Amino acid sequence: MAIHRHDNHKSANAFMQWVDDRFPATKVWNEHLAEYWAAKNFNFWYYFGSLAILVLVIQLLTGIFLTMHYKPDAQLAFASVEYIMRDVPYGWLVRYLHSTGASMFFVVVYLHMFRGVIYGSHREPRELVWLIGCVIFVALMAEAFMGYLLPWGNMSYWGAQVIISLFDVIPYFGPILTEWIRGDFVISDATLNRFFAFHVILLPLILVALVFLHLVALHHVGSNNPDGIDIFENLDENGKPVDGVPFFPHIVIKDLIGVCGFFIVYLGIVFFWPDLGGIFLEKDNFAPANPLQTPPDIVPLWYFTPFYSILRASTETLLMFFAWSSVAIAVLAALFTKVDLKYKIGFIIVGAIAWFVFMNSSGKAWGVILMGSAIVCFFLLPWLDRSPVKSIRYRSWPFKVALALFLVAFFILGYLGMNAPTPVKTVMAQVCTCIYFAFFILMPWFTSIGQTKPEPERVTYDAH
Amino acid sequence: MADNQVSSVNADGMSVEDKKRRRFLTGITAGFGAVGGAFAVTPFVLSMTPSERAKNAGAPVQYDLSKIQAGQMVKVEWRGKPVVLLKRSDEMMAGLDKITDKLADPDSLSSNQPAYAQNNSRSDQSSPALLVMEAVCTHLGCSPVEKLAIGPDPQMGPDSQGGFFCPCHGSKFDLAGRVYKNVPATTNMPVPPFAIAGDMITIGEDGGRNA
Repeated sequence: MAIHRHDNHKSANAFMQWVDDRFPATKVWNEHLAEYWAAKNFNFWYYFGSLAILVLVIQLLTGIFLTMHYKPDAQLAFASVEYIMRDVPYGWLVRYLHSTGASMFFVVVYLHMFRGVIYGSHREPRELVWLIGCVIFVALMAEAFMGYLLPWGNMSYWGAQVIISLFDVIPYFGPILTEWIRGDFVISDATLNRFFAFHVILLPLILVALVFLHLVALHHVGSNNPDGIDIFENLDENGKPVDGVPFFPHIVIKDLIGVCGFFIVYLGIVFFWPDLGGIFLEKDNFAPANPLQTPPDIVPLWYFTPFYSILRASTETLLMFFAWSSVAIAVLAALFTKVDLKYKIGFIIVGAIAWFVFMNSSGKAWGVILMGSAIVCFFLLPWLDRSPVKSIRYRSWPFKVALALFLVAFFILGYLGMNAPTPVKTVMAQVCTCIYFAFFILMPWFTSIGQTKPEPERVTYDAH
Repeated sequence: MADNQVSSVNADGMSVEDKKRRRFLTGITAGFGAVGGAFAVTPFVLSMTPSERAKNAGAPVQYDLSKIQAGQMVKVEWRGKPVVLLKRSDEMMAGLDKITDKLADPDSLSSNQPAYAQNNSRSDQSSPALLVMEAVCTHLGCSPVEKLAIGPDPQMGPDSQGGFFCPCHGSKFDLAGRVYKNVPATTNMPVPPFAIAGDMITIGEDGGRNA
């Protein structure tokens, strides 16, 4: 059988020629590193993609070493974690690297997502990069949630109880589904054992596969940049973008600086403040699971708290507010839009149906629906954003105001989710929930109004 | 090689009839494959349902009621769930009627309890002061904290008649496990089947009464 040569790239030597004839080593190296063109004005925000891969690798490696000592058994799990902490040589270090790594994963991923939003990396042609990224975010949440049950602390137990009970609101199938997920009528050894299987085998495989797809999609369309313009519109005589630099070595070296900064923060927490005052490791989880006693202040870990706040903000008051606002919006739409009478009647009918649905459904079901929608909203972002420009540098002021409001609401929701509910805090959470959803619902409107600035021909870059 | 060439020529020159037949055969093969796949997945899906050991672990539990004074509460574990045994004082019983208008389901019409406990105090009328209740919030399954004292409480409100407060999402219940209006939970906490013989209560059995 004759070797079919691929001559697009010159192999470095006879050995690489032999390899390249059998495996596209040089081709892949060039296409994805040495000749993958990234804009030369990448800034601070562009550290977090490569950092996310770094944390994934850290979690996979430390996880392997933890499984050598951990026992996925309701009788033994809590003690085996204590054993890792006290008796296993450097067990404390491996466990703190893993527990701090989980929180840092979310820090990095949230900043990575925010980068996408401010520079328009979710916009055409990168919609699938964004969508795959959103699926990674959901898979990461599942991975973190299941991992949190494994120490079998009291917060592990009750956290799992609450989240699994979310599926109970699904009509008819809910109770069967929750029983199937738990493998028992309550959270038990069976639940712990299967969560261990999902946490160490299924979800890591899914995450690695999704990250691969994320990169395949990214490298197919090329990376965005802080100006949100297409660097492939300015090519030199060799067909290379004039504002582009090869990913290897330029971006790799730049990212290594980010890695250094990341390790200073990450290892600083690991060595000096691994529980971060109860934020990274919750105090109630230092007591073993007790099915008779819910911790006095049950809260999820910090990265879930914005969504958790939305869940518990859903009371009858909020639904009543939703009901009457739908009526108000329908009436305003009917009065002030210039469309046919039949559309105006349609608005009123839709408003009336919405009123009826909100007034006659339970806060419990809507809490789960709202929490789910809060995550689904991220998936829709590429189609909700109608701005003619991508980067926040050239966007109109209404977008900047809306984004600032959203950020404030997101942080307040996160803060409220870490605290016990009081009547005042519930109202605050309800206001922030409304801002959260208004940001997405009104996005097609506020991204299309106001004066945008002209985008530059070339990326903004000062040589240094 | 020669055979391949012959068959490829045949494939190119396939009649409409042959193409239809090929589509049909492809479809039916894929269909059978899908059915086979569903059969293959079934044992794995069912392996995740509660095991025989889990199903057998639901035996009734007993408790000696003489150990509880009026106004006192204990929690016992039944089927892995916390069950509250509360002997309500006269003051506590009187408080139940003062808050009826603040409750979402005061008559327990859409709540879960045996027929003999579907009443104002949600107790068996042979010992009305005794509340037997699964302390499991009907919102998302946390175990509400007892707030037995009558009077102002930061979570229960300024004129609390005592009750239970769920620390997870702020649902409030009275001393009969009846849920307040405008909280995430919408139904009262469930009452398990129970039977009282002398001082001994058995949780998980009706004692012959119809549920």
